[in-house]
Amino acid sequence: MANNTAQLQEKSHPMEDLLRMDRMPHIWCSGCGLGSAVTAFVEGLKKAGVSYDKTAIVSGIGCTGRVAGYLRLDSYHTTHGRAIPFATGLKLANRDLTVVVFSGDGDLFAIGGNHLIHAARRNVDINVICVNNFIYGMTGGQNAPTTPLGAYSSTAPFGNYEMPFNLVGLAAASGASYVARWTTMHARRLTDSIATAANKKGFCFIEIVSPCPTVFARKNKGGTGLDMLKEFQTRAIIDHDADPTTIPLNMDNEIVCGEFVNDDRPTFWENVQAGIKARLEKFANWEEMQSNSRKISHKKDRKYTSSRDSSIMRRNT
Amino acid sequence: MRFWEKPFGKEKPKTICGEIHIINDRCKGCSFCIEYCPRNVLEVSKDFNKKGYHPPIVVKPDMCTFCGLCEMICPDFAIFVIEKEDE
Amino acid sequence: MFKKSRLIGEYFMQGDIACAEGALAAGCRFFGGYPITPASEIAERMAMRLPLLRGVFIQYEDEIASIAGILGASWAGAKSMTATSGPGISLMTENIGLGMMMEAPCVVVNVQRGSPSTGLPTSWGQSDMMQARWGSHGDYGSISLVPNSPQEFFDLTITAFNFSEKYRLPVFIMADALVGHMTEKVVIPPVEELEIIDRKYTNKKPEDYLPYDYGKNLIPDFAKAGDGYRYHTTGLTHDKRGYPNMTFECQNELVPRLVNKIKNHVDDISLTEEYDIEGADVIVISYGITSRTILPAITMAKKKGIKIGYLRLKTVWPFPEEKIRKLSKKVAGFVVPEMNLGQISLEVERCAHNDSIVKLVPHPGGGIHKFEDVLHAIEEVAYGK
Ligand SMILES: Cc1ncc(C[n+]2csc(CCOP(=O)(O)OP(=O)(O)O)c2C)c(N)n1
Ligand code: SF4
Ligand code: SF4
Ligand code: SF4
Ligand SMILES: [Mg+2]
Repeated sequence: MANNTAQLQEKSHPMEDLLRMDRMPHIWCSGCGLGSAVTAFVEGLKKAGVSYDKTAIVSGIGCTGRVAGYLRLDSYHTTHGRAIPFATGLKLANRDLTVVVFSGDGDLFAIGGNHLIHAARRNVDINVICVNNFIYGMTGGQNAPTTPLGAYSSTAPFGNYEMPFNLVGLAAASGASYVARWTTMHARRLTDSIATAANKKGFCFIEIVSPCPTVFARKNKGGTGLDMLKEFQTRAIIDHDADPTTIPLNMDNEIVCGEFVNDDRPTFWENVQAGIKARLEKFANWEEMQSNSRKISHKKDRKYTSSRDSSIMRRNT
Repeated sequence: MRFWEKPFGKEKPKTICGEIHIINDRCKGCSFCIEYCPRNVLEVSKDFNKKGYHPPIVVKPDMCTFCGLCEMICPDFAIFVIEKEDE
Repeated sequence: MFKKSRLIGEYFMQGDIACAEGALAAGCRFFGGYPITPASEIAERMAMRLPLLRGVFIQYEDEIASIAGILGASWAGAKSMTATSGPGISLMTENIGLGMMMEAPCVVVNVQRGSPSTGLPTSWGQSDMMQARWGSHGDYGSISLVPNSPQEFFDLTITAFNFSEKYRLPVFIMADALVGHMTEKVVIPPVEELEIIDRKYTNKKPEDYLPYDYGKNLIPDFAKAGDGYRYHTTGLTHDKRGYPNMTFECQNELVPRLVNKIKNHVDDISLTEEYDIEGADVIVISYGITSRTILPAITMAKKKGIKIGYLRLKTVWPFPEEKIRKLSKKVAGFVVPEMNLGQISLEVERCAHNDSIVKLVPHPGGGIHKFEDVLHAIEEVAYGK
């Protein structure tokens, strides 16, 4: 048998086309859920049938932030918290792309929290996958905006005093078109969710509850990655009809999973187009403008005599 | 968990089964695959890999149903199954 | 077709508007920004013009998002720009460093106000000059252009795009509230007369392409998202594949290259304007709006019989070190009037070494230099105190 497996190693991993195998093994700890999340992402992309050449992945900083570096896609490892505005620029400047942000809870909800709620509000056509490990993994287990009340972290040695964010609730309340929560245990459902989001327009948000045995579990007597998965298994329930704003996570309550929001509302770019069109129809034929933007843009020899311009000097802050 | 039963009075039907591939040196010994395999195909090996972890070892290859769960749950891309048709 | 859809001819135009028009002429099709006096007019103009050119305008939630957004757009192949003032630049600095590290072409306009902090929102200054050079942490080469009129704001915006595309980095335009809010004649030439440079796209096949492989000029060829190259880029120290590599060797190859790709091309990047430099005893070095407000002092000095030369820096960074070094061997000294309490004068001092005197004429911003002060400094240098 041993012989048999050794020989079989020659075959290549089926995800090789989407992973940067020259960078394996990855930096994540034994029992960390991040690898499982990446597998689900890769399977989800395959299932969605999107073109890999037209898919870009953007990450911030953190253990989860390293995801971009392991995927064989156009991949951008940006600064802490800024993956969403970067991805917004990428998407708007090339609207053929499928743009996915893959980052951590601290990255997306602490330092980058403002970007997240605004991108959801605008309904920019990007997907955001947030790996929630309840902690700052990369920097060694400090408090995150998701750390449950009372949980220990290296900056909460007496237990965390702060209320955590309920990520799905926040995303839904900010206007996301699609909101789901799964754990890394729910490999198949998570994969389906990622596939759904990949083909859905508008701002899609998926929270992946993931074990961090190295820092979160160690501080909170959570055991190994396997122990954490088993705990998720006992705590998780699936309820697609749950109101996402009512299902926060704490140390030992139910982890309510499911697809909570799946709406269609106009995206940022659709609204931009509609707005310009409505305004310009008064002046000219929109189709004509599309084919010849010059005509509308300006009468060639109009001069800017600037009663308006000079008044600006009087304006304040 | 049982995925199929032997239909009464018939010979063993054509079944799908998986051929398991383990990339020993990539494994970080988390045991996810071993724990979540519904057919208990895998066990912890006594051997160490290069990094000092115990990778899984296939103990009941014939039980594998190609469900793919081990591949999906492995965080280190260290195990995968490909379909094999049994007679 | 896009290139033509812009204004041509003579206009009476505000500096900020001229900047926006310059960007459009250069091919800018993505603007991300956040309102701030005295730069808001650039965003307002872009909001009006870009959609008609099928470009993208987005008002982000803050300046950090704005700079991150234009970097993203740059990777999608768009020429992108943001415009702000001191407080906004302070927020942007981390991601300006990311742009330097990733080598993403884009343009950052700083319409300087009186600083520090909120300072003088509606008034001007030149006190962000060092921030433009050293604002983000770490070593990197950087380019800053300083216009002194709405016309030049238009011209240098085009130049800034050209440099950013050519050398692959975020390029600063360091205007100030006076130039930004001044309304003057601006001539916009037909597109054929403008030199527009586009980034060099790789002609390699995806399998052979390395995103950070470079040739003699130290500048890697570009590949944009969605073209099948599936490359990686990161703010971490990276090798030619764009993969993080935490070794001294990699750091030692990457960071000096980021500095040298600019340093080696100073002659191309450095734009200056000089008058009566030959045989001068005293040279006045100035940049931006100061170069106009101190002109009377130069005229007076000349009348007094002082052999005075005048050097105006349109490119402040990279600093024209060689030029100043050579001049410092020939002249008695330099007078550097600037609207801060001594920034570029330090550079001049460094280059003049001990060969000649360097006299700063400081001004905290919010007004203009008294020409007597400048004249006094010129006289001091000319007559040896
Ligand atoms: C501006 C800035 N501040 C702080 C850091 C340090 N830092 C790196 S990762 C990180 C936390 C990441 O937490 P999270 O997003 O939850 O990712 P995880 O490691 O848990 O996956 C911090 C604070 C940084 N890189 N940049
Ligand atoms: S520190 Fe935690 S999140 Fe980071 S790799 Fe290790 S287990 Fe994963
Ligand atoms: S494919 Fe399924 S049955 Fe086969 S080893 Fe993996 S988990 Fe077990
Ligand atoms: S899940 Fe992967 S890493 Fe964990 S024991 Fe199995 S093969 Fe090894
Ligand atoms: Mg985290």
